[in-house]
Amino acid sequence: MPEIAVTAATATDEERNAVADSVLLQNPGQISFEAAGPALTFDGDRVARGGQERIFNRRHLLLPVLHDVRDAIGWLSEGAINEISTTLQVPPAEVYGVASFYELFTFEAPSAPDALHVCDDTACRIKGANELKGELSADGHNVHGSPCLGLCEQAPAVFVQRTGEAHVSVRSATKESVEAALGGAMTNPVAPVPQSSEDLTLLRRVHDAAAVDYDGYVATGGYEALAKAVAMSPAEVVTHVGNAGLTGRGGAAFPTGFKWSAVAGEPGPRHLVINADESEPGTFKDRVIMEHDPYSLIEAMTIGGYAMGAEQGWIYIRGEYPEATRQLKSAIAEARSKGMLGDNVGGHNFRFDIELRLGAGAYICGEETALLNSIEGYRGEPRNKPPFPTTHGLFGQPTAINNVETMVNVNQIMLLGGDEYAAIGTEKSTGTKLFCLSGHVANPGVYEVTYGATLREVIDLAGGATGNLKSILMGGAAGSFISTDMLDVPLTIEDSRENGFSLGSGVVMLLNDTVDYDDFVARIAQFFREESCGQCVPCRVGTVRQGESLLRIREKGAPIETERKMLDDFAMVMKDSSICGLGHTASGAILSAIDLGLIGGQP
Amino acid sequence: MTFVDIPVEIRSKVTVSVDGEAVEVLEGDTILDACTKAGKITPTVCYGPTVTPVNACRVCVVELEGARTLVPSCSRPAEEGMVVKTDTERVTNNRKMVLEFLATSSDVSQSEEIQGWLGEYGADLDRYDPATTERMTDEVKIEDDLYIRAYDRCVLCYKCVEACGEDAQWTFAIAMSGRGFNNRISTEFDVTLPDSACVYCGNCVAVCPTNALQFKTEFDLRKMGDWRPEDQTVTRTVCSYCGVGCNLDLHVQDNSIVKVDSPMDHSITSGNLCVKGRFGYQYVQNRPAE
Repeated sequence: MPEIAVTAATATDEERNAVADSVLLQNPGQISFEAAGPALTFDGDRVARGGQERIFNRRHLLLPVLHDVRDAIGWLSEGAINEISTTLQVPPAEVYGVASFYELFTFEAPSAPDALHVCDDTACRIKGANELKGELSADGHNVHGSPCLGLCEQAPAVFVQRTGEAHVSVRSATKESVEAALGGAMTNPVAPVPQSSEDLTLLRRVHDAAAVDYDGYVATGGYEALAKAVAMSPAEVVTHVGNAGLTGRGGAAFPTGFKWSAVAGEPGPRHLVINADESEPGTFKDRVIMEHDPYSLIEAMTIGGYAMGAEQGWIYIRGEYPEATRQLKSAIAEARSKGMLGDNVGGHNFRFDIELRLGAGAYICGEETALLNSIEGYRGEPRNKPPFPTTHGLFGQPTAINNVETMVNVNQIMLLGGDEYAAIGTEKSTGTKLFCLSGHVANPGVYEVTYGATLREVIDLAGGATGNLKSILMGGAAGSFISTDMLDVPLTIEDSRENGFSLGSGVVMLLNDTVDYDDFVARIAQFFREESCGQCVPCRVGTVRQGESLLRIREKGAPIETERKMLDDFAMVMKDSSICGLGHTASGAILSAIDLGLIGGQP
Repeated sequence: MTFVDIPVEIRSKVTVSVDGEAVEVLEGDTILDACTKAGKITPTVCYGPTVTPVNACRVCVVELEGARTLVPSCSRPAEEGMVVKTDTERVTNNRKMVLEFLATSSDVSQSEEIQGWLGEYGADLDRYDPATTERMTDEVKIEDDLYIRAYDRCVLCYKCVEACGEDAQWTFAIAMSGRGFNNRISTEFDVTLPDSACVYCGNCVAVCPTNALQFKTEFDLRKMGDWRPEDQTVTRTVCSYCGVGCNLDLHVQDNSIVKVDSPMDHSITSGNLCVKGRFGYQYVQNRPAE
């Protein structure tokens, strides 16, 4: 352990109390690492010392403590950082380094206690977000532009980060509704799922308001999947998931069964981490599941824990999802009190519990290894792979990381059996898929379709495009624009790949001919520039250079041929030499926009 | 009879193909080690023999058969049967672009190595319009008489952070802060070094690849246009402060010590020193006033 030397700045009493409360209230009993050695020390103010592994110290409390202090005080002062540093025994430069990585932390006393994060990203941008931001700024509010808040179907959206009070999301925001939210007005989220319950499988409970309570969940078939799972051996559960052909729904489409059997085959302790850091612009499906059917995620995780022999589950949810966070928090507590989480889950003789962790405004933390670093209390910088998380994951231990949507499919697999599940959809893309329709579409929302439906069919489900449809942004900022020629392509992993695009996280953003594409594409470039973690040179500099190139095309009339050559070079090095997927995909949407003639004139 | 366990590291050998040539290295060695053994000169910036590679610069990338993207040779362990290519157009183009990115965002003029690679890989810096190309433009931080921090030269390779932290000093006075292009090596709240946990061992200065961190003496001489490495002698001696026996390399210009470092391959120091060895040399040249 380093010797902690801090500056002379001291914390105020409020700050000191906030730090102390936070550390004491961190869910102590739930984390167990006995198999790895001494458990984490939580009693009183004892601090593990002596050059031990990350797991034995309290560094992993850093992000929760930073959140709690920010939420109590409104910002992070030098004194507060020093207090956190000495309490957790993390050097102050590192505390500052971690805190300054995240968008939701500020280091100067704000002009107003509550910060307004106004989404000015893709979907909100074409629904008047900039105008709203201007109005709110003009009224003297503490306004920040924000990347996608995952409320695209109810654009424009504002995340109200309050001080001393609960955070709120404002949907279909107006100046008036935002100001009401500042005063504490909460609006109950409405399930943005226009399909009726009969047409839904994964989302079958979203229209049932009672399903967010334990009894309501159980009354609608909840925990039947777990019962089926525990009737089998853990290895059989893994086999079913493998046979089902389930692939990751977060964007990479990696076979889940493969991941699970790899983790199950490693020596414990093992972890199951749920990636709920849903930050890909245009994506909001996981939010809908967590807000309206939180127990389905908890049940699926419990099955995963049983199958892989993982005793500790983690949900890493983005900090801008206050309603989903509240639902999960209460559902986890309720499941625990009903004995469905804990030392003997449901009397089935296995141990599983869930720890909820909040992100703090960093798209990159959706990258699985960045997410692990973030939980551990480090900067959300992706790790180099190999080694992969299946062998060296959270705290260096075997870890399965799954997306929320992927996970809830496990319930379905248990109910149907792997082979029967595999019969749904196409041969290579099995099951149902959630698509997030937003932009110029009659009924924006989440749609659940069986793999194999064409893009046109999905758009028709949502009532069709509004205006004269010009292009569709598939897969979000990390995806690409496609033209209306592609409307009859089935939305499967294999067909999309064959046609040169990716389904990614299921974003289908419709854009008609009123869109200012120069502005829209520039915003995507700005998004990557701001969200690159900056660790590796290709991405840190490449995301900046491609934005500059677009600016030259747009504002300086630079010849597209020369700029295209440079953009291709930037894309090459980002794709080939970046550490992680952010750099690999940062140029796709921009190049596709040029290829389709949406910007820069005809190629 | 008492047996004494003598730790013997047993490492098996692995064979890697580098540009078609079979190279034998020890298990745990990296692809970079294999490339070096095959006589390939691989450019590296964030790699250093005494610090853990964070593989952030990506200039050492090579093609690995079966890998979708290029891989950083400095940190990827060599495995039996790997087929590595270093002389392909793909590798050259990627290295060239990384070098262009480094040179268009930071001032790398004081790194002879990077200057050499820029030429070797044909980096075309003229195609970047200076008016629309953002660079690091930080002011030089002069906070004491020992060393300065010129972050407009910084390439954010993390070496100084590693040296200050777990790789050498365990002081953790500096860390990476911010995000993306706004990343900066920084103390907490960017307080000055005297206010920070810095113990002035200067181990960060020793590993800096671009001279962003340099002795104040060097900085002052450069400012006066009087920094003349060609006129300097380097004398190796043993530090006289304590009994550890660290070797010092005294860089002397005009009969004055202008810089002190320690050999990276020395078994005691691995290039690291403490504040006394690194900066406590003034007594040697306390000359009577003229």
